[in-house]
Amino acid sequence: MKYYDAIRDAQAVMMRNNKDVFICGLGVPDPKGVFGTTSGLIEEFGKKRVFDTPACENGTVGMLIGAAMQELRPIMVNQRVDFVLLALDQIINHASKWQIMFGGAQKIPIVIRVIVGKGWGQGPQHSQSMHALFSHIPGLKVVAPATPKDAKGLLISSIEDDAPVIFIEHRKLHNEEGDVPEGVYRTPIGKAEVLCEGGDVTIVAISQMVLEAKKAAKALQKDGVSCEIIDLRSLRPLDTSTVIESVKKTGRLVVADGDWRNCSVSGEIVAIAAENCHEHLKASPQRVTWPDIPVPTSVALEKAFYPTATDIYAKALKALGISKESVLVEEEKEEVFQGPF
Amino acid sequence: MKITTTLKKKLYSEMLRLRMIEERIAAIYHDANEMKTPTHLYTGQEAVAVGVANAMIEGDVVGASHRSHGMYIAKGGDLKAMMAELFGKETGCSKGWGGSMHLVDVRKGVMGSSSILGGTIPHAVGCALAFQIKDESRVAVSVFGDAAIEEGVFHESLNWASLKKLPVIFVCENNLYSTSTLLKDRQPPVKIFKRAESYGMQGIRVDGNDVVKVYEVVSEAIAGAREGRGPALIEAMTYRWREHVGPNYDYDLGYRTKAELGEWMAKCPVKKYVDLLSQEENESLIKRYAKEIDEAIEFARQSPFPREELMTNEVL
Repeated sequence: MKYYDAIRDAQAVMMRNNKDVFICGLGVPDPKGVFGTTSGLIEEFGKKRVFDTPACENGTVGMLIGAAMQELRPIMVNQRVDFVLLALDQIINHASKWQIMFGGAQKIPIVIRVIVGKGWGQGPQHSQSMHALFSHIPGLKVVAPATPKDAKGLLISSIEDDAPVIFIEHRKLHNEEGDVPEGVYRTPIGKAEVLCEGGDVTIVAISQMVLEAKKAAKALQKDGVSCEIIDLRSLRPLDTSTVIESVKKTGRLVVADGDWRNCSVSGEIVAIAAENCHEHLKASPQRVTWPDIPVPTSVALEKAFYPTATDIYAKALKALGISKESVLVEEEKEEVFQGPF
Repeated sequence: MKITTTLKKKLYSEMLRLRMIEERIAAIYHDANEMKTPTHLYTGQEAVAVGVANAMIEGDVVGASHRSHGMYIAKGGDLKAMMAELFGKETGCSKGWGGSMHLVDVRKGVMGSSSILGGTIPHAVGCALAFQIKDESRVAVSVFGDAAIEEGVFHESLNWASLKKLPVIFVCENNLYSTSTLLKDRQPPVKIFKRAESYGMQGIRVDGNDVVKVYEVVSEAIAGAREGRGPALIEAMTYRWREHVGPNYDYDLGYRTKAELGEWMAKCPVKKYVDLLSQEENESLIKRYAKEIDEAIEFARQSPFPREELMTNEVL
């Protein structure tokens, strides 16, 4: 099953199981079904539980908070994370604080699905990541699945969770294929997954960078380097113990995060290693991130902007103290994709 | 609409109680220095909260603003729990996490209030959306100040509520000032209730210092919403006697005059109906309420502070 279909499936399963679950957002019932992730829902569940919204992200999040106060479990879909920045007041000032600010009197079980993307000239306002921003806020949960199985498992866990959850899905993952369990399947929030065990270097990766990390690990294996890849999956709460355990074992850390470097999740992971694994570290932790500038549009600049498996490979060698001409790790094939996103 | 004398007396008594609560808070706020929370007193605006709350029935809900005591008390929120909240105590309605601006009493239909202008307007719309999805005959009311209508979320909320014909009533308490900034320095000369027209809903202006008129107008709007005729915007003209936040009068600051305050004090919403009761009846009520307030303050004082251990939980 593809990643986008796993998302659609998770929503359908939950809506069948619980009449309190509903879904809305600009374009939810449209013919393209938000990249296929909402296709068929209106036919099965009707327009009372599957509906379009006016273009008012802040108002929409506020309304979903109100609906959650009346014991519904809303899912909001956003075709771009950039649009959700209009809703930061309701997300940060309201949703994240509501449960604690009233001593637990009200719970706000809302899921805010945000799609992030990259490439095809989407530029500065259509391809930001923003997961670090949300991960900074107490009271929110933030998940970023990298596989179809976790897309379904984490979305179901998010819908069942009583806290507001920011569910981050990368547009470049939507067409990834993978095995997905049928029916209700849960991936726990706050638990990272060790994708492959290794003894030489720990690579912690987030969302789409997990795919790049896998490619890099394959190339490193040919050089005799054994990598341990951690798919972080949840960014808040962070599974610090899995990271600490791995870094204590390997003594080397590379973090691959498709986001800016300053005040980032990658910085947080490095801090966790520094605070908890100081005596085990054999080399300075390395980071593979975006340059700290707005995302460029031109295809030529994009190529230079986005780090790939090659960068992860090079940073791993650096951590290992191996000086070697960096090889070009199997680059992404030029897409058949014709655009626009 | 026929308003019985019994109902009028009830409205009056509730305003009197609310006035006494707020004035007692003002009296002990600085002297006792036990309420370490920014407190926006409701004195002068009692007719709005009491009129609105009485127009609602069980099951209806309200979302209020930073000036939250009025709706909380008028809708039946627990006085002891409010006082304890102002004292930052564990027995507070928000267990000491909210303070004066964040009161809640879910059982009484008081959804949590927000200190962000316009913050709870979409919450009321969302409650109404839930009532519509669940086919429930309930109504949500949103109460906010005149500056909240300058926020984008006000317009987003009215647009959506009208589009979906949701059972929600918007009540703007126009007290003419945002802190010390005059209405005319913030908005073009368009009456607030007229904004309703651009969203295809009914807009009504009412004397917000006349509890009976507020009750009548809001009752009619709520009845319409309950019957599926959609939302309405009501602008209640009123005036805040004391400073924006805190217990003092502030005409000495110069943004408004003592004469203007005097004009509005002459239109006191409580005094307006004082003659409904005999002097003895009034005296007995005042005595009863004073005792109740004494007890609430004593309860707040005696209550324990929240335990520090609770701070370790990110989400309760």
